[in-house]
Amino acid sequence: MTAIEVRNLSKQYRVYQKQEGMWASVRGLFRREYKTVDAVRDVSFTIETGEMVAFLGPNGAGKTTTLKLLSGLIFPTSGTATALGYVPWERSYEYRRRFALVMGQKNQLWWDLPAQESFRLHQEIYGIEDQQFRRRLDELVSLLEVSQLVGRPVRELSLGERMRMELIASLLHSPDLLLLDEPTIGLDVVSQRKVQEFLKFYQSEHKITVLLTSHYMKDVEALCTRAVVINQGVIKHDGPLAEIVERFSKDKVIQLQIAGECPSNAELERYGIVLENKAPRIKLKVERTRIPATLSALLERCQIEDISVQDRPLEEVIAEFFTDTTTADAPPSELAKDTI
Amino acid sequence: MSWANRLRVYKLILQTSMAERFAYRSDFALGTLFRFLPIITQVFLWGAIFGTMDTTSDKEIAGYKYGEMVAYYLMAMLARAFSSMPGLSSGIARDIREGTLKKYLIQPIDMLGYLFWYRVAHKIVYYVVATVPFVIVFYLCRDYFPGWPDAWTLAGLVVALNMAFLLGFLIESLLGLIAFWFLEVSSLLFIYMMLNYFLSGHMIPLDLLPGWVEWLPFKYLAYFPCKLALGKYDHAQMARELLIEAAWVVALLWLNRWVFARGLRRYGAYGG
Repeated sequence: MTAIEVRNLSKQYRVYQKQEGMWASVRGLFRREYKTVDAVRDVSFTIETGEMVAFLGPNGAGKTTTLKLLSGLIFPTSGTATALGYVPWERSYEYRRRFALVMGQKNQLWWDLPAQESFRLHQEIYGIEDQQFRRRLDELVSLLEVSQLVGRPVRELSLGERMRMELIASLLHSPDLLLLDEPTIGLDVVSQRKVQEFLKFYQSEHKITVLLTSHYMKDVEALCTRAVVINQGVIKHDGPLAEIVERFSKDKVIQLQIAGECPSNAELERYGIVLENKAPRIKLKVERTRIPATLSALLERCQIEDISVQDRPLEEVIAEFFTDTTTADAPPSELAKDTI
Repeated sequence: MSWANRLRVYKLILQTSMAERFAYRSDFALGTLFRFLPIITQVFLWGAIFGTMDTTSDKEIAGYKYGEMVAYYLMAMLARAFSSMPGLSSGIARDIREGTLKKYLIQPIDMLGYLFWYRVAHKIVYYVVATVPFVIVFYLCRDYFPGWPDAWTLAGLVVALNMAFLLGFLIESLLGLIAFWFLEVSSLLFIYMMLNYFLSGHMIPLDLLPGWVEWLPFKYLAYFPCKLALGKYDHAQMARELLIEAAWVVALLWLNRWVFARGLRRYGAYGG
């Protein structure tokens, strides 16, 4: 079954262009110049029920805009989308009851009150029955290991603890669709892992559909098998995570352990880029197609004790891919800064 | 959402916000007491203007005796305790600007309803804490008052004060919603604050201003309940004024809804 269907979705922002200088500022009072920024351009994808999909991309790529469109916060400029069968920007209460949006940088709990009070409020807002509420709350609290903290005012919690409370608040009404925008942003490694583990477990237990954005590859690698890579509002890749490396990285890394003398840097550069050359270890970045030839040449040339050929880390590949395109194309839409 | 359900939500908002507000109770009590300090200035100022410090003096300015004038300012304090909405407009504007508005768009709850009950809770807590300082000050100043109004006027006063609360809420929330169009509204709010101080009769009784200011809704925020408490309206006049005030409440409620819907459309198109 299809959970989300997006067809040719585009979103343009009109951004006021502030000119520099005083005269220009005065003129700006009378005639404003606007620039159109494409936050999302002709995006199409389908997500099946129970899938967990990651949106990857640098800041301003259009990830958050896509999530905002899917949660009905903004209207698209063109295109269509349905989520759980609803048109998100119609904002029907039926749809609102069935999805949740968590933004890592935004706080939706009551600052001066214990999280418990906010949970109670959610119970009433979503009309959750007492018994169900208690059961879900107990489950979530024990999974996220926060039973000691629910009675403490939210302002006294650490960022990681607060994030876990946010997750509880957004899952109390048992949404079928969970939209997560940078759920681990700013968290330390331990909290990050806790959130990851929780999401993974919860998703597999309840079979809900999850769409998450992140620029931490660790999140994505831990949670999702499918990734949608988006940059400058355009989808660059949609498929299994493993394919990304294959598709975007032309190189592999050869690691050698050598007995005896290492060849000089100059010699090694014939095969590829030298990443490390400290006897007895050599690390080489070599074009994928030239791997067999390089290996046989090296085997002939030196006495090799150990050898491995690896894909480059996902993080590196993505980073490289994005720096390539951002400089080549129009400037990124950082003007369309997220304000929601 | 069914009505029963909605009532449950609002009851909980009320309870939750009251718990939140009580966290600041001592701040309230002290603040309330100090808010009466300017009244001392009024006592001396009007004493000098009337050329008397005698509360029983018969001299009149715009129909007010000296004692009544001081009583007017005391009542204005009470009326403002109902009609002023500290932080409402700026809070709405901030929600819009910073995007915290989103929680009203993704959760099945109405923003104005939520803010209204939050404000009711806020006020209830305030009254509970502020009753003692109010009683003390009014008791100390009892000689300035012309005496208790009759039962009908008293009932009218209660209605007027409650409607002043509604009107204050609706005017300020409307101002906050302007942030959908202009991101920065703080200077606008400042201008409104000054105008409100003037046009509500908080600064001087509106009898001293040109007659047309009485056509604006602001007079119900302070002037009308003050004058009512001083027994300056007969019952027919009171009923007429209350009806006009109710009409303003309905009109502003409708306007709020309309502006909110328009604002959301703009927000959805340009914001985000």
